[in-house]
This record gives sequence, structure tokens and C-alpha cells, in this order.
Amino acid sequence: MSKTNLTRRGLIKTGAVAGAAGLTLPTYLRADGHSGFTNAPTGSTVTLGFNVPQSGPYADEGADELRAYELAVEHLNGGGDGGLMNTFSSKALQGNGILGKKVEYVTGDTQTKSDAARASARSMIEKDGAVMITGGSSSGVAVAVQALCQEAGVIFMAGLTHSNDTTGKDKKANGFRHFFNSYMSGAALAPILANNYGTERKAYHLTADYNWGYTTEEAVRNSTEAMGWETVAAVKTPLTQTDFSSYIAPVLQSGADVLVLNHYGGNMVNSLTNAVQFGLREKQVNGKNFEIVVPLYSRLMAKGAGANVKGIFGSTNWHWSLQDEGSKAFVQSFGTKYGFPPSQAAHTCYVQALLYADAVERAGSFNPCAVGEALSDFQFDGMGNGPTLYRGEDHQCFKDVLVVKGKENPTSEFDLLEIVEITPVSQVTYDASIFGGELGACNPGA
Amino acid sequence: MFGLDKKHTNLLLLVAALTMLAPFILNPFPEGSGMAQFNAGYPDLMQRFVIFGIFAIGFNILFGLTGYLSFGHAAFLGVGSYAAMWMMKLLTMNVIPAIAVSIVVAGLFSLLVGWISLRRSGIYFSILTLAFAQMSYALAYSVLTPITGGETGLQPKLQDPRILDGALEAGASPRANLFGLEMTSSFEWSVGSWLFTFNVGYYVAAVAMLLSFYMAIRIFNSPFGMMLRAIKSNQQRMNYTGLNSKPYTLAAFVVSGMYAGLAGGLMVAMDTQVGAERMFWTASGEVVLMTILGGAGTLIGPVLGAGMIKYMENIMSKINETILHQWFAFLPDGIENLLVAMVYPFIGKGWHLTLGLIFMLVVIFLPGGLVEGGQRIARLFKRKKPSSDTPDGKTTPAE
Repeated sequence: MSKTNLTRRGLIKTGAVAGAAGLTLPTYLRADGHSGFTNAPTGSTVTLGFNVPQSGPYADEGADELRAYELAVEHLNGGGDGGLMNTFSSKALQGNGILGKKVEYVTGDTQTKSDAARASARSMIEKDGAVMITGGSSSGVAVAVQALCQEAGVIFMAGLTHSNDTTGKDKKANGFRHFFNSYMSGAALAPILANNYGTERKAYHLTADYNWGYTTEEAVRNSTEAMGWETVAAVKTPLTQTDFSSYIAPVLQSGADVLVLNHYGGNMVNSLTNAVQFGLREKQVNGKNFEIVVPLYSRLMAKGAGANVKGIFGSTNWHWSLQDEGSKAFVQSFGTKYGFPPSQAAHTCYVQALLYADAVERAGSFNPCAVGEALSDFQFDGMGNGPTLYRGEDHQCFKDVLVVKGKENPTSEFDLLEIVEITPVSQVTYDASIFGGELGACNPGA
Repeated sequence: MFGLDKKHTNLLLLVAALTMLAPFILNPFPEGSGMAQFNAGYPDLMQRFVIFGIFAIGFNILFGLTGYLSFGHAAFLGVGSYAAMWMMKLLTMNVIPAIAVSIVVAGLFSLLVGWISLRRSGIYFSILTLAFAQMSYALAYSVLTPITGGETGLQPKLQDPRILDGALEAGASPRANLFGLEMTSSFEWSVGSWLFTFNVGYYVAAVAMLLSFYMAIRIFNSPFGMMLRAIKSNQQRMNYTGLNSKPYTLAAFVVSGMYAGLAGGLMVAMDTQVGAERMFWTASGEVVLMTILGGAGTLIGPVLGAGMIKYMENIMSKINETILHQWFAFLPDGIENLLVAMVYPFIGKGWHLTLGLIFMLVVIFLPGGLVEGGQRIARLFKRKKPSSDTPDGKTTPAE
């Protein structure tokens, strides 16, 4: 079977033949009138699509992401105090929108479901003419929407997605991720764990039974085993599980002295609470104190788990208590507008919006290929994570990773985590080819 | 025409006209106007209208005719989707084999599920189908991750074999097509400030919907359909007359599973991605809602219900606070904020609430669904005619 690649233009030609036969001729083609890419903005405005979970298990993160985007739009259009635009190392952004066009936005609800997220993103692209889609709070959604954007020919700036797959085996030329991933969590955590708990530990993993859980378990396992730890068992728990008692009980019999909870969100809150209730943390096994580790931490999770997080190690992308200029500026403008400090989800989304706008300014065009080129191997600073590289091979950001610990004496409901160490970027960098997958070529659509 | 009586021919022609002219009908407001956000004539939503229409038509063949309430129909949709996706990964990006295989696989799976579940009726049947659907969901979400891609789902990849297709050009990505005609290609026609989009994928799905609709009419009017209605009205009496009703219910179950498979295959053909949450029980519940909202047991009802729910989901959910403030901007600030605060819970992420209210109203006041509403309005106009014949509006009894 021969596959002729029929484009819109080709279809118009067919239409012209039909027109000769007396049919009405289509007179106008959206893609044709512009400069050859999907949804090229023509008027005085440009539309961005903010696709975040507004309902479902990650609605809290989604709400915070939306706040961050609204703040970013305000700053891009020259309102507010400018936020991170003042500390950002690239000075291309003028506060007059993007390329002089006022930034407008549309919002959608991903419901944390790939189908709903894609439907929402498609309506933004097809109906509202969005030239970039960003947001999301789970890896399944990020991978699904990223693939859609690749097909449709728009840029996707991932929100909170921690799985290796997003920029690993499912990476796409039109997709970019600022957030860190499971591999980096493992690599950053392992040395700290070895320092604090010694190198002769027996670990027991409880892993959420889906892709993110698998990649996180693998990452933590590989990096701790390299330090000399032994993995006793790794048990998968259903994502919908709310009571983990039956999974915690066997931990005590296994002879393990560390419990790793590869859980996120409500899962982690429940499993950690169960583990603490079972008195695991007061136990002595193999002559050592029993310890619990949570690879991916967020402030919202720490809030849910309450006092149970005290002294428990984990990693995070960013925390509002960082004292560099960028972080301070962001916390300042977010706090002024909303009255409380931003979460890491808000931070990564805000930064992604600014990075996109900056790349368009530098490229001088909204064309996804030009933007992609401007972002690839782009080095920047002043965004709260120290010097950062957007690696061209897999469109993943490389920056320092924070290792945090539940605070023993929190002073407020937001002050739940303390930073133990800032793991330098060199320690978490990996070869782009280890996860497989192909970036492919950029697709400008049309 | 087509072996149908006049009434059903007209209905079929009406549905054909509606689907073919949908790009005009669904885009009544000019681009850039304040009302433009209520336009539904963009490819993704139009495709969803007809695909979920097919799904609901199929569900109605089971629920509307036999009265068996399946609470696990989304499983067949999901199985059909996975089958279609694997065809696209292994064989070709042409949608024909994908859709054909999705129907067959969903049919086989529904045969298995139906054979077991139909041993019971009523609530026990519903629970059995629900259990099967949740099992399928759990399998797809985690246990069968190598086949289903788990949480991330499946998409066509550059390195897939696709043995019937030639090698991709450099830089090209695999796209679903019908003998070279890409599903995503569309041409746009602007008339004045209106913009109409004619999408290839939509018309492929619309033709499939018309065929399914025609099939459903034939089934409704056949002796087989009559037998199914008899099962609904009194299955016990059927059994006492010595008739074995199980083959009929099983056939209806499989046919309706194949409709769901077709819908699943089309979903993949329109948007090349499949994820496990397509099989989640809420998705099964949604098709029940669609059918009841539109009118169970009627031909056009499920299609209307599907359209209504998808419209709410995609259009209402996108109205955010900023848009509301624009609407009420002409009012004084205090009143504006008050109105926004009152309306806001019902739009945007609160669209479920509005849908729930509408559903309640329909079930309480129009038990026959939207179709009954339409019939009542039609009757209002019809009653006037005879009444105009007699001066006092009453018929005089014959002595």
C-alpha cells in the first residue's frame, strides 16, 4: 500500500478540482494565511493554553499551578512587580507581552485523565487557537498531551511530572520539561541516606502500581544499591488503596530496617500515616533505628501527613524557603498576590511560562521549531534553581536537586520542610540515551 | 427507502442532514464575538459527538430494548481502543484495519463477559458487568503494563514496525489516515466573520455513525428487536412459554459490545492515544447517563444525550472566572461580584453540578428523556389543529 502524505494544501487542490465541478470553493485556509505553523498569532494578542487538573486527586496542585500562570501572564504583560523577570539571566522579556503581543490565556481541566486532558488541549488548539500548551500534574497526562502537541504542531511545556518517561522513552521534539525526575531523586537522595543511615541497610519498597511508581522505585533502588544497601522486597500497592495496614505489617517480619514509600499525593499521606501508627519509627531492627524515606516530597503532601513527616527524608524540585534572589522574588510576588507561599508545582509552571516567552523573544518567532531551537541547550540562571541547562538531546532541565527533611519544629502551616542539602547538578546528570526513546523532528504543524 | 418505512426514513435522513451539516449547525456564532465560546464546531468536539453517539446507540440496544443495565460498557470501548492502537502500531496507520479489529475484539470480549454475566439479571447483572469493567481497568492500568502502557497509555511511536506501511519520511510522525487522507487534515471556509471547519476525521466518524444508526433502526424494527422488547416486558413469561431467551440477550449484549468497540476504534483513529481511564467505571456510568438523559429505548435519544453531555463537558467546563467577569462587566462592581460568585459554582470545574441538576430535572419531569420533551412540544402544536375545527375547543359527544 502506498502512503501518499496528503497535506492541507493538497486537500485544497482537491477542493479546487471539486470547485471546477461546480462546488463552492473554500476561499480561506487558516494555516495558509500565516507564516506556516499551527495557530500563528495574527492580531495584537497571543493565546496560551493552561491545561491543569481542576478536579480529581491533584486539584490542589492544579489550583496552585493556575495561580502561578495567572501571575506569569500578569508579569509578561508588564503588570505586578515583574517577579522572576527581574532576576532571570536572559533579559529578552520587556514586559510588553511576547514579541509585543499581549498575552491572553484559556484554561481547561485535565481531570488527571489522559483522555480528558487531550480533549481539553485539542479544544484549546482547534477552537481557541492556542500556540502553546502547558500544565498538568501527573506523568500520564504529560506524556499524552505532549504527544498530542507533537502531532498538532504546538509547543508543550510540561508542568509537574516526575516520571523518567516524559523526557525518557516518551520524549518528543515539541515537549519540554523543567521539573526534575525519578532518576535525579534517586541520585540525589542516595548519598544523603548513606551519610545518615549508613551503607549497610536493608530496604523494603512499597511502590504505587503505575509507571511513575516503577521508575521511582527503579531509580531509588539502583542508586541505593550502588551505595551498598540491600533491597529486601519491593511490593506494589494499588493506586486506589487508602488503607496500607496490610502492606505495613509484613515489613516488620522481613528484617528490613528502612521503608521506602514510592507514593505520591494522597497515597503517600495514607501510607506514611499507617507506617507511623504501626510504630515503625520507634522500632530497632538489626541494631539500628528503623527509618522511612519518601523519594518525592511536596509541601501539600507534608501538610496532609501532618506531624508524621518529622525527620523523614525526601527530594523536591524547589522550596519556597530557598534564599537565592530568584526564589525570594517569586515568593514575594506570589505571596503579595495570593497571601501564601507558592508550591513547587506553582514554581515550575511559572518558570515554564517565562522560559517559553523568553525563547519566543530570542527566536523572534512563535514557530515551534524556532522556539525549540532557542530552548535547546539554553543555559540560564536566576529562576530559583541556580544555573540550569535545558538539554537539547532530551529537552530535560538539569539543575541542582533539593534534599529535604520534615521539619521537627514547624513555625507555620507552610513551614513543614527544611532543606538538608542542595545536591549539585553534576551528581544527578545522566546520559540522555539511557531511557531509550526518540526525540524525532520538531513539527510546526500546518 | 433502504427497507424502512416512511417515518424511519425521514428520521434517518434528518440525522444524516444533521451530521453532514454539523460544521455549520454547531458554529452559529461569528468568530471573535462574545458568543464564540459557545461554538462547538471544532473537529475534536464534533468527533466526540458522533463517537459517543455510536457508543450510546449501542448501549441503548441492550438497555433500551432488553432492559439489562450494563454498568461496564466502557470496558468494551477500552478493549476496542487498545486493539485498534495495536493494529496501528503493528500493521498500518490506515484506520480501516484498526476499526475492523476493534469491533471484532470487542465483540469477542463481550461474548465472554456476556456469557458469564447474563446468568443473572437485574442488579446482579449490573454488578457483574461493573466487576468485569473494573477488573479490565485494573489490568490495563498496572498488571498488563507491557501491553497497555499502564498509566501512560499507548501512542504510535516512530520505531513501531508497521509492516504494511513504507518507512516514514525523515522528520515525519506516524499519522492516522484513510488511504493517505489524514484524519487530522481539514479545510476551513470563512464566510464573513464565520469560520467553518470541515475535518476528514469527523466525516469518517459521521459516516460510521450513520451506518450504526441505520443498523439500530433495522434492529429495532426486526422480529429480533421485538423479541428483545418481549424480554424487557416479562422475561419470566417468555421462559414459561418454553422459549430460551438467553441467546437473544447474549446476541444483544454482543452487538452492543461491538458498537462500543467501534466507538473505541474510532476514538483511536481520530486521536491516536489510548489510556486505561477510558475503562474506568465513571466512563461506564457516563453512557448510562447519556442514554437516560436522551431517552432510553428511543432511536435518537441516546445520540442527543451524548451530544448534551459532551457539550457540557467541553464548553461549560472552559468558562472560567475571568470570562464571567467580562460578561457581567456592565454591572456595578458589587453586583458584578455577587453575580459571578453565584454563577461560578455552576460553570467551569462545577459543570458536573449543572449536569446533575439537569439530569434530576429530566428524570423527574421528563422520564422519557429529551425525546419525551420534544414529543410534548410537538403534541402541544398538534393539539391546536383539531381544536381549531370546533368553535368551543371541545369535541361534542355523539348522542
